[in-house]
Amino acid sequence: MTLLYSDVEEELRSAVRSLLADRCPPSAVLKRVESDQPYDLDLWKTLSREIGVAGLLVPEEYGGAGASAREAAVVLEELGRAVAPVPFFTSSVLATRALVSLRDPAARVGEVLRGLAAGDTIACLAVPFSTAPLNPSPARTTEVLGMRDGGPVVTASVAAVAGADIADLFLIPLDGALYLAESASAHVEAVPSLDMTRPIAAVVFDAAPVTPLGAVDLAEVLRFGAALLASEQLGVAEWCLEETLAYVKQRYQFARPIGSFQAIKHRLADLWLDVVRARAAARNAVAEDSPVAASTAQAWNAGVAVHAAEEAVQLHGGIGMTWEHPIHLYLKRAKADEIALGTPGDHRAALASLVGLPGPQ
Amino acid sequence: MIVSMDEADIKRRIADFLAEHDPSGDRLEFLRARFDAGLAWVHFPEGLGGLGVSRDLQQVVDREFAHTPQLDYGVQAIGLGMAAPTILAFGTEEQKKRFLRPLWTGEEIWCQLFSEPGAGSDLATLATRAVRDGDEWVVDGQKVWTSGAHHARWGILVARTDPDVPKHRGLTYFVCDMTAPGVEVRPLRQITGEAEFNEVFLTGVRLGDDLRLGAVGDGWRVAQTTLMNERVAIGGAPVRRGGGMMGILLDTWRDHPELRTHDLHQRLLALWVESEVTRLSAVRLREQLRAGQPGPEGSGMKLSFAKLNQALTGLEVELKRDLTYDDWTFRRSGTVDFLGRGPGYRYLRAKGNSIEGGTSEILRNIVAERVLGLPGEPRVDKDVPWKDLPR
Repeated sequence: MTLLYSDVEEELRSAVRSLLADRCPPSAVLKRVESDQPYDLDLWKTLSREIGVAGLLVPEEYGGAGASAREAAVVLEELGRAVAPVPFFTSSVLATRALVSLRDPAARVGEVLRGLAAGDTIACLAVPFSTAPLNPSPARTTEVLGMRDGGPVVTASVAAVAGADIADLFLIPLDGALYLAESASAHVEAVPSLDMTRPIAAVVFDAAPVTPLGAVDLAEVLRFGAALLASEQLGVAEWCLEETLAYVKQRYQFARPIGSFQAIKHRLADLWLDVVRARAAARNAVAEDSPVAASTAQAWNAGVAVHAAEEAVQLHGGIGMTWEHPIHLYLKRAKADEIALGTPGDHRAALASLVGLPGPQ
Repeated sequence: MIVSMDEADIKRRIADFLAEHDPSGDRLEFLRARFDAGLAWVHFPEGLGGLGVSRDLQQVVDREFAHTPQLDYGVQAIGLGMAAPTILAFGTEEQKKRFLRPLWTGEEIWCQLFSEPGAGSDLATLATRAVRDGDEWVVDGQKVWTSGAHHARWGILVARTDPDVPKHRGLTYFVCDMTAPGVEVRPLRQITGEAEFNEVFLTGVRLGDDLRLGAVGDGWRVAQTTLMNERVAIGGAPVRRGGGMMGILLDTWRDHPELRTHDLHQRLLALWVESEVTRLSAVRLREQLRAGQPGPEGSGMKLSFAKLNQALTGLEVELKRDLTYDDWTFRRSGTVDFLGRGPGYRYLRAKGNSIEGGTSEILRNIVAERVLGLPGEPRVDKDVPWKDLPR
């Protein structure tokens, strides 16, 4: 177990980073979120087909790379740095993990995984993005399994699903089993979202025909996602820190770069220290692969990403409040990520039982 | 120089050594022999207690010697952590031969004569004067926050040898003979009640020129070596998950359900997370060092350590609702143990963690300027001779 990056991981990082630098600068992301198609599907094709990120977590027998969470985490760091509007986290991490971890998988699963690995299809786990791993709250959705024309159908209404509006396939967890529904049989209603680079949608299944895929441990899938989300949060925080450092070095007031004032230097030194620790937490979350490591990383990194984005806005002064500067994309992503897969408070509460620190009776 | 020595070679060498030297015999004889065999600090050169091999192998050595007489790391901390690396880097061959062996065995204790009443964070402005008199230097001044000065044989001393040049350039580094006439050590009582530190008054103290470490006027550069090692020593020790100061607090929490409140629970969990990610950073930093990729992360470790220690000890006193204090007696303390004594002592002692070895404010400046590349504050004292600075 190591908390460092391997050479292979660094190669993957530089491939993703140079593609994003070329095709996904913040100005392009800003333009795109104002358009009808918030996702960059051309970029996604290149990422999934040329670099192979869509199949990272898919086993080799289904055309994937059979890589570990460590490699996926490095991709997420880079996608976070670019707030790239691609469905990697929702399709290639969450949905793919749900499929790969199925017990007694149905025959159809192999075919679905092949489509995902090839980048031909995009899948979406039909749960509210805010669902916390420790207690996947069924209260947020209403789901009913029935029969029609000899086949199973699902009736459900799921709020705030991330990555739903571009999904070809939905994976519906219901009573410990996972069901597949085609997007054509779902009503997907995009809603104005705080995070414009990963919008949410309400998804309604009205007696939608489904295929049972096998038994799923939803909490484990969400925990896996939470562990990996920490790397995206690290990427967001890193960009905010670097962008702010560059700005305070060249912004002059009182005939000095504002970065020479201790009031600013000390805040950035503290922020750097938070980011250093976020890197250790993110690496440990994928190296140790335990509920404690995942919740520790979420409890820390979610706050660090938000704090880094808030510091970036403040230390950029007026320009930080403008629509024109891309910082707000990072602030919105960081704040949405803080809620995604459990808030820091949810994860601290999880740790209380995981490490044996009960509260008052 | 033995360049290609691996773990097995070292173990064999230690086994041979232990076959010849009985660890249950005379402690000092054993330690001296261990030094002479190059098994003291193996990354030091041969003849100076080492074998000139990689520092990584020291953990093997420490493990193999775990059942034998140990050094007193508390009392010897300044010698081992600060004086030794400085002597190794800047000392003459005679100085290395003279000082390192008794330093390591603990026969001679070292203290640090850097800070002064008028020179704390701005150490380079220090006023203790050393004036040359033939082959000797005559030293006059006052030093402060000197741990262990009362049992030290030697002190590492920075003094001003040229007041007519800007402050950083007029300093020279010496080894101070603490038994020399004119050295007076007075205990300095702290907020904990005890005296861990001293004031040291130097009045007409005569030091031979052979006690000078590095060139005349080069004292600032020599002192940097000492200070970098001090910060590594203070911030460096990683503990297991839920260990160290956090472990003490967790034991209290688990043993006393009647003391728990919702507010304390929230704060405890937040501190647990911060302790854990700080610990993970220390683990990662150690991995980087082992892999030969030293990162700038080390500069921040002492900052996090100080902040956490203060928060944890403060929470412990509050959790226990403890209005008592174990002992206010004014006495000298032999060694420093941040984890020792009662919660009140730990709380008060932790206040020093953000001051000693570079205040947290100075460390933030160092991180900001050296790691993040931010511009320095405008310096009004940069080109002004030291004697003309306002004081």
